[in-house]
Amino acid sequence: MVESNAEVWEIRIDKEADIIAIRQLIRELTRQFKFDQFASAAMTTAASELSRNVWVHAKSGVARIGVLRGGNRIGLELALVDHGPGIANLERALAGGYSTANSLGLGLSGTKRLVDEFDIDTEPGRGTTIVIRKWKKEF
Amino acid sequence: MAGSIPILKIGPTLLATIQIDLHDTVVDAFQNDVLLEIEKSGSSGLIIDISALESVDSYVARMLANTAKMAKLMGTETIIVGMQPAVAATLVRMGYFMSGIRTALSLQEGLELQAERRKTLDSE
Repeated sequence: MVESNAEVWEIRIDKEADIIAIRQLIRELTRQFKFDQFASAAMTTAASELSRNVWVHAKSGVARIGVLRGGNRIGLELALVDHGPGIANLERALAGGYSTANSLGLGLSGTKRLVDEFDIDTEPGRGTTIVIRKWKKEF
Repeated sequence: MAGSIPILKIGPTLLATIQIDLHDTVVDAFQNDVLLEIEKSGSSGLIIDISALESVDSYVARMLANTAKMAKLMGTETIIVGMQPAVAATLVRMGYFMSGIRTALSLQEGLELQAERRKTLDSE
């Protein structure tokens, strides 16, 4: 279910179709704000990777999508919050080539390279919060 | 059945055109359908057209690579055609190089590649 309040959207993740809903909303917003196709694909793909992580590892969670307006620049923020198992060895997970579930083992490190800002807060047994931001490039 | 992913036979080649957002159930059905069509048609070549996809995540990339591997086990070569510039850039930035997967710029190029390959095989 998608809930919207001004420039903030919230999508609950508890089935696979929610990943597609998140991806489509991000793609729609990047298009609306005229991100170039590379930035649009990068942010859309990052959203897809991270929301799939929530679905695969935590089974449920929440995605919050917001529009960032700072000075004369515009960006998109995606926060993913879950109360799943958390990540025991964050350093290793961010170094890449490592995966505990059914994925490529490039997940977090690969996704990090697609966005401008990447913040993660995780605790084993309590869950994970990841916030990513992508700014529109002005030429 | 995948239904939403049409698989057409063009001469000796099977053509699958992906135009929708993929999720688990569609992916499994698509792979099964493709393999059954290969058996039924005896096609020596499979082309997967992804020109409509504006983003490809690691999940879909792996699905495409696995489909090609499955087809190869049966004796059919796969060419993925029409990858958009932003999709190629995103996959490589993520560290996913699709190694061992044949690609071509367009459907036309893919068909030509397969025709050449068949000629080579026939002359051997």
